[in-house]
Amino acid sequence: MGNLNSLAVENLSVSYRQVEALRNVSFQVLPHRVTGIIGPNGAGKSTMMKAMLGLIPYQFGSILLDNQPLIKQKSRIAYVPQRSQIDWTYPATVWDVVMMGRVKKTGWLLPFSKMSRLTVKKALEKVQMSDFCHRPIGELSGGQQQRVFLARSLAQSADIFFFDEPFAGVDQKTETIIFNIFRELAQEGKIVLVVNHDLGESINNFDNLILVNKNLIASGTKEEVLQEENLYNAYSGKVSFFSQNQKLIA
Amino acid sequence: MLKILIEPLQYEFMQRSLIIAIIVGIICAVVGSYLMVQRLALLGDAISHSVLPGLAIAFILDINIFIGAFVAGLISTLCINIIRNNSKIKEDAAMGIVFSAFFALGITLITVVQKENKIDLNHFLFGNILGVSLSDVKDTIIIAIFVLLIVFLFYKELLFYTFDKLGAKSVGLPVNLLDTGLMILIGLTIVASLKAVGVILVLSLLITPACTAYLLVNRLHEVMILGVFFGVISSISGMYLSYYFNLPSGPAIVLVATLLFIFSFLFSPNHGLITGFLKLKYNQIKS
Repeated sequence: MGNLNSLAVENLSVSYRQVEALRNVSFQVLPHRVTGIIGPNGAGKSTMMKAMLGLIPYQFGSILLDNQPLIKQKSRIAYVPQRSQIDWTYPATVWDVVMMGRVKKTGWLLPFSKMSRLTVKKALEKVQMSDFCHRPIGELSGGQQQRVFLARSLAQSADIFFFDEPFAGVDQKTETIIFNIFRELAQEGKIVLVVNHDLGESINNFDNLILVNKNLIASGTKEEVLQEENLYNAYSGKVSFFSQNQKLIA
Repeated sequence: MLKILIEPLQYEFMQRSLIIAIIVGIICAVVGSYLMVQRLALLGDAISHSVLPGLAIAFILDINIFIGAFVAGLISTLCINIIRNNSKIKEDAAMGIVFSAFFALGITLITVVQKENKIDLNHFLFGNILGVSLSDVKDTIIIAIFVLLIVFLFYKELLFYTFDKLGAKSVGLPVNLLDTGLMILIGLTIVASLKAVGVILVLSLLITPACTAYLLVNRLHEVMILGVFFGVISSISGMYLSYYFNLPSGPAIVLVATLLFIFSFLFSPNHGLITGFLKLKYNQIKS
């Protein structure tokens, strides 16, 4: 897996159907940290993540991982899209979905190896979904679905993890499991980047934050970013901030 | 009973049409599963209607009708994409415009040429399975082997792509290639099915057996395998019904397929309308 230096985004500008979504955004994401991307609705958080991954085109900018373009190192990336973008009535079991994390590593025309099956089994254990292995995905709760997606990303044996709104509509147990795994990944030296809409107490689980609203408002450690002035600029005064207990009310 | 089954088989045209019907039942169910999970049933309808002018032009120019139909299908999908990508018109509306235009062009062309060429518009619209030649059988078998081989070889990639396009793209799967490949499979399957059921009813063979199976099992390959079973049952029983009761064969096949769907819809152990009702009653009595 090697030593990761960092992910560097420079001057990223994205327009989507002639509407400017992001303007000239630059920041660095470090390994050994859980980094959250926060900002109000429509701030361009998911768009930024998709542009970084090459899923939507961007007009200007560079995204470098260890000084090489990120999109040329796709085998090191694991991406978990928003749960709402998926048709969960698709005829597949939990096993089938997590196995998708091994498709690219397996290669064309080849069947899944024993190694891959083992990797998938371990990933399912980690997210506490082993018992649901043969369950159709349509019969899972929102939190269980999210954990299945997390297991799929773990099965990819990646170095850099992208999660788009993983906490939307999940239960408390799932939230705890997910944050614990984020922490483990960070400790292993991976880069963990999470788009998070919720500004509740869960924000304390992040080490670093990137605050955006079309422009970059602030990036750095949680303490540096969660300044009243930054939040005022991002949310145009719609957020009150209580520095005593690190709680935010939108 | 055995006599009833064997009697039609003494005619060579019945042997040929049964073979075609079975093959079409197989590939339609497999490819139709992909249409169903991607919610592209209407695209199947659009492509099947669009191949009509290709058939007519192939007849006029005396080239293989499979090629004509395939090219027309390709051009129509291209037109749909051009309209969708270059205007604010949405995909479903673009499909509506293109496929009805192609369909109208096809009917016009066939009506103009049918007198001197001794061809029948009805055969294109509803199929003419009793009129298949040995070379038709050969063409259909080749297409079927190709389609099934592609699905088998690229099953895991197509599963990933049809379930989660963004996820598949993020790991570096060639999503445009997979998409084009699927379109080609759909086009080939429709073209291979035209002799059996015609352009109007082919959608039924694509969608109905796959949906029947979808109500009963939970994994894509199970949907495909069970769908093939239902498709083949529909094809065979439709052909026999058509033989003994002098019914048009395409509609007979479609009606059997629909009947199977209704059974599945009402009695599926997990999703059936009546089974659900009975379960509810049973639980009420028990408690």
